[in-house]
Amino acid sequence: MPTLQEIALKTSGADARIVSGHRMCSGCGIGSIIKTVLAASDKPVIVVSATGCLEVVTTIYPFTAWNTPWMHVTFENAASVASGIEAAYKALKRRGKIDEDVNILAVGGDGGTYDIGFQALSGALERRHKFMYLVYDNEGYMNTGNQRSGATPFGASTTTVPAGKISFGKPQWRKNLVEIAAAHRISYVAQAAVNNTMDLYKKAQKGFNADGPAVLAVLQPCPSNWSFDSSLTMQYSKLAVETNFWPLYEIENGVVHINTKPSNRKPIEEFLKGQTRFRHLFKPGNEHVIVEMQKMIDDEWARLLKLEESGIQF
Amino acid sequence: MSERKTWQELELGVELPAATSLGYKTGGWRVLRPIFNASECTHCMICVSYCPDMAIPVAKSEEGVAGKGGRLFKGVVRLATNLDYCKGCGICAHECPSKAISMVREEEAEQASCKL
Amino acid sequence: MGVRKAITGAQAAAEAMRQINPDVVVAYPITPQTPIVEEFAKYVADGIVDTEMVPVESEHSAMSATVGAETAGARAMSATSSQGLALMWEVVAATPGLRLPIVMSLVNRALSAPINIHCDHSDVMGVTTVGWIQIFSENAQEVYENTLLAIRVAEDNRVQLPVMVNQDGFITSHAVEPVEIFDDALVQKFVGVRSLDRALLDVEHAKSVGPLVLPDYYFEFKRAQEEAMSKVFEVYHEVGTELSAITGKQYPFFETYRIDDAEAVVVVLNSAAGTAKAAVDAMRAQGKKVGLLKPILFRPFPYAEVREALKDIPVIGVLDRSMDFGACAPVYSEFRNALWKLDRRPAMQSYIYGLGGRDIMTTEIEAVFEELLSGKLDPEHQRYIGLRG
Repeated sequence: MPTLQEIALKTSGADARIVSGHRMCSGCGIGSIIKTVLAASDKPVIVVSATGCLEVVTTIYPFTAWNTPWMHVTFENAASVASGIEAAYKALKRRGKIDEDVNILAVGGDGGTYDIGFQALSGALERRHKFMYLVYDNEGYMNTGNQRSGATPFGASTTTVPAGKISFGKPQWRKNLVEIAAAHRISYVAQAAVNNTMDLYKKAQKGFNADGPAVLAVLQPCPSNWSFDSSLTMQYSKLAVETNFWPLYEIENGVVHINTKPSNRKPIEEFLKGQTRFRHLFKPGNEHVIVEMQKMIDDEWARLLKLEESGIQF
Repeated sequence: MSERKTWQELELGVELPAATSLGYKTGGWRVLRPIFNASECTHCMICVSYCPDMAIPVAKSEEGVAGKGGRLFKGVVRLATNLDYCKGCGICAHECPSKAISMVREEEAEQASCKL
Repeated sequence: MGVRKAITGAQAAAEAMRQINPDVVVAYPITPQTPIVEEFAKYVADGIVDTEMVPVESEHSAMSATVGAETAGARAMSATSSQGLALMWEVVAATPGLRLPIVMSLVNRALSAPINIHCDHSDVMGVTTVGWIQIFSENAQEVYENTLLAIRVAEDNRVQLPVMVNQDGFITSHAVEPVEIFDDALVQKFVGVRSLDRALLDVEHAKSVGPLVLPDYYFEFKRAQEEAMSKVFEVYHEVGTELSAITGKQYPFFETYRIDDAEAVVVVLNSAAGTAKAAVDAMRAQGKKVGLLKPILFRPFPYAEVREALKDIPVIGVLDRSMDFGACAPVYSEFRNALWKLDRRPAMQSYIYGLGGRDIMTTEIEAVFEELLSGKLDPEHQRYIGLRG
């Protein structure tokens, strides 16, 4: 059973796989997510990043914050590059050219995963490469200033689908990446949030040790673009979980298991308020959007409970 | 800023040795500085886990350090914030269950430390 | 002395890959490259090679996974054509910048639109500027030998750049020819093993590959890449000499055929060069002094050597199997560039032929020679061979 103390030693020591000096925005959730996930591997980790926040802020030549082998090619191919690394690993091991055991971690933002990187991820999962795919979900293309992605929630204002006189922002709900990944019949998919370090760490461990590919989706509130004070990142993550906006659950060998069931689900307004991207929803005339959003969240939650209860396998 | 390399001096490919960002001190970004009151700390590791900049170092401690309520905390303890890299986001202060960290304006903290 | 097999150009590429037995092969099928992938897949299935083969879901993923594998430390190969090349263009452009010695078979096929599965050079000519070494093959024998040569040139420490080995779609890839396959052991000794010096899987020496580079350094990285390109000539020559010891053949940057006293020379790549040689012979039999220059190494382009070879030729006709819409055709352009410095420049005529797999006949090339010899040229405009209208 890991402890926060053990995790802290791994993330903050000289052997930490990611170090200080990166250019993440002050209060960015990605730092906590990636250091926790990297610490969860008991073997050396080869990391592949898609273009996006994490890649850009950690590697502005000549500075790199990675203290583990790392590579980046383009925006949509973290999963396919990882597939190639995995194939190379198998080949070189088989031929006796290397002997070290490694874990392979592909990392993308929601843009590089739900949208442009979707195909590469799907292919890699279908081919059953042994790697873990981590998506840090900040619900938009945040590195470039909040453009809409397939992960942007209903009602959010982004620069490419902004709220305005005749628009309330994004009119569609968001994709459910966890279920899409589970539909590939892989052995482990999980949803985690940055504020719950222990839950995230354990899920990362399970993902690294899974039989075949694993997918880990982690909510990452973005102080710069969701727009809130940099000290509130973890608070917003907690609210996302407490409102059922972002349930913590796993799909292990196709079976749903919900980790946290808030006894008194907070109303979605608690999560929305204070975020500039949702500010317009509190103006008169937009009440229906919040009502609809609440309904979507409650319906999704009810559905998730049913999935868990039924024991039905993906 | 050091002399920039010529093209002849570059690494092959676009490759960097590990962890060179330690040479980039993001502490200069700070507007607010966390002030750590060790006598209130329970070494719960929440601030350490959350810090996006890995700016709170930890160490193993067999003898233990004095913390909240005058108790001795052993095992793994947090040390002083590494001000070379701390960006002053305030997550540690906001999340500390013991309110052992407070955020103070950087200029004031700077002046206060100069006076000592 | 090798073993002669009756095989297609695609099979010849697969034979080379069999002997190379790379660590990883990643490919997505596309006509007319497909037989290369299929042949190699059979080798894998029968245990003739122990390559890790990854059947990806698109060409973009094919090149991405090949890049991942090569960066990891493996020797990784791929193959594609036309639309596949166009789809992987983004990653193809990144590969030379990352200095990865990937060898890819490119089976030349016309680019859409309109969609057409037959041979022309619009695919490769759309990707000449990003920094891949490009070698062209007239026939299946050349495909085989060029692929072996390519691995050694690519992986040389002075180079570390990717190579495209081209062959004509269907015409070469699907037509059976006698090909001499050299001894496995000799070839494997020539090809050698890729060094693990730069391997990302060397976890003891962790590094970051592919960081963001801002305006303060990007230019320098590209200049360094250009420097590596300039080293290709000497490496190509050295490796070619070494390969000669096995094959008995020469590996020049281009082949010249009966040009010594030629009054007119035609320049043409790939399979149509074979057709052109027959046309040259027919003309020579009539006493007409004509010759052929067949480019083999197209990138980097051997301007000085081309200039030396063609400086005394009165008139040159360049046959391009692709167009550069609104501008001079690509091969013609390079030859014009090469001959620019001469005090007395040959007259030149640009011809477009064979788009979308349109056949070119020996008689049509003979007609080109007649036109060149007649001096009735139109240097301001390209002419079209076999076009209706």
